[in-house]
Amino acid sequence: MCTTCGCGSNEVLIRGRQAGRGRKTDAPVRFRPHAVETGGKGSDATRIIKLEQDILARNDYVADQNRRLFSVNNILALNLVSSPGSGKTTLLVRTLEALKGEFPLAVIEGDQQTDNDAERIRATGVDAIQINTGKGCHLDASMIERAMQQMTLPRGGTLFIENVGNLVCPAAFDLGEAAKVVVLSVTEGEDKPLKYPDMFRAARLMLLNKCDLLPHLIFDVVRAEEYARRVNPAIRIIRISASSGEGMTEWLAWLAAEKQACA
Amino acid sequence: MHEMSLAGSALQIIEDAARTQSFKRVRKVWLEIGELSCVEKEAMRFCFDTVVKDSIADGAQLEIVETAGRGRCTQCGNETQIATLYEVCPQCGGYGMQVIAGDAMRVKELEVE
Repeated sequence: MCTTCGCGSNEVLIRGRQAGRGRKTDAPVRFRPHAVETGGKGSDATRIIKLEQDILARNDYVADQNRRLFSVNNILALNLVSSPGSGKTTLLVRTLEALKGEFPLAVIEGDQQTDNDAERIRATGVDAIQINTGKGCHLDASMIERAMQQMTLPRGGTLFIENVGNLVCPAAFDLGEAAKVVVLSVTEGEDKPLKYPDMFRAARLMLLNKCDLLPHLIFDVVRAEEYARRVNPAIRIIRISASSGEGMTEWLAWLAAEKQACA
Repeated sequence: MHEMSLAGSALQIIEDAARTQSFKRVRKVWLEIGELSCVEKEAMRFCFDTVVKDSIADGAQLEIVETAGRGRCTQCGNETQIATLYEVCPQCGGYGMQVIAGDAMRVKELEVE
């Protein structure tokens, strides 16, 4: 058990029920090492085995399987990441309300505990499945794979995956999404892109949220955006407010363009 | 602290190798951790020691092989050593270094018996 954030146990719950370990499909995760024994470097009783294997290879393999499933079913999958309290869920609720009826929608919610966010999503009429990571600090590809086996896929539509609020760990884990969307709120520090560069590097879009609060805050928007572009020159940035609706049109247009690109 | 799941994945790689290459015990593990990978070395040590308990790698010595970060400037093509993802190109002053080395997390080698 880690002492920093307490993650690392196997207490993953999907829809409040224990998630079985490993895959439920018949297809095995194939992960065959190209191992070559060099020999001669170990002591008498030991030998050296060369592996050269990427630690994330298994996750990436499952993520690719997810991506294939999304592609076959014409689903745009987006991975929403941010620190806790950036307003992801409220933004998502607003987005779902705007998109409802246009095409099928579904949400996978990731939190350490509680079903609260999934409940908020379901109140919009959109199906949401809650993954409780227990002590875990991020979603990984196999959690998404297992969640998808328990839900109706939004064929021809959009799947939003709201990751655990954490700007560190989710950066490394591909879930099979078309893009990571990072939400930064103006109530946070403007230097977050520099403090957590991996996440801003991994994201294709940054939503600068809670912009309606700017008149009350000391937050340098231009500087925040410049920091994000230092880390990731190609990142697209939209200033938005889930409360006032500012930037929603631009965000919905981005979603529509992504949807078209993945069709 | 994703190091815990990464350490778990490393152990899985080791256990898979034990099955295909028939070894019973792991004495030493070499992990390559790039300077630009999102891994904190000390956290990885702590997590590794924890996850390998009661496994074939219980008590194995962990050697972390660090690799330096290298980037190529997306504007002028200059290649240089970088320690962060937001370093400025020393040649043209531009941002946006494309990482060309030093972001790997790999199980390199094992000493087994």
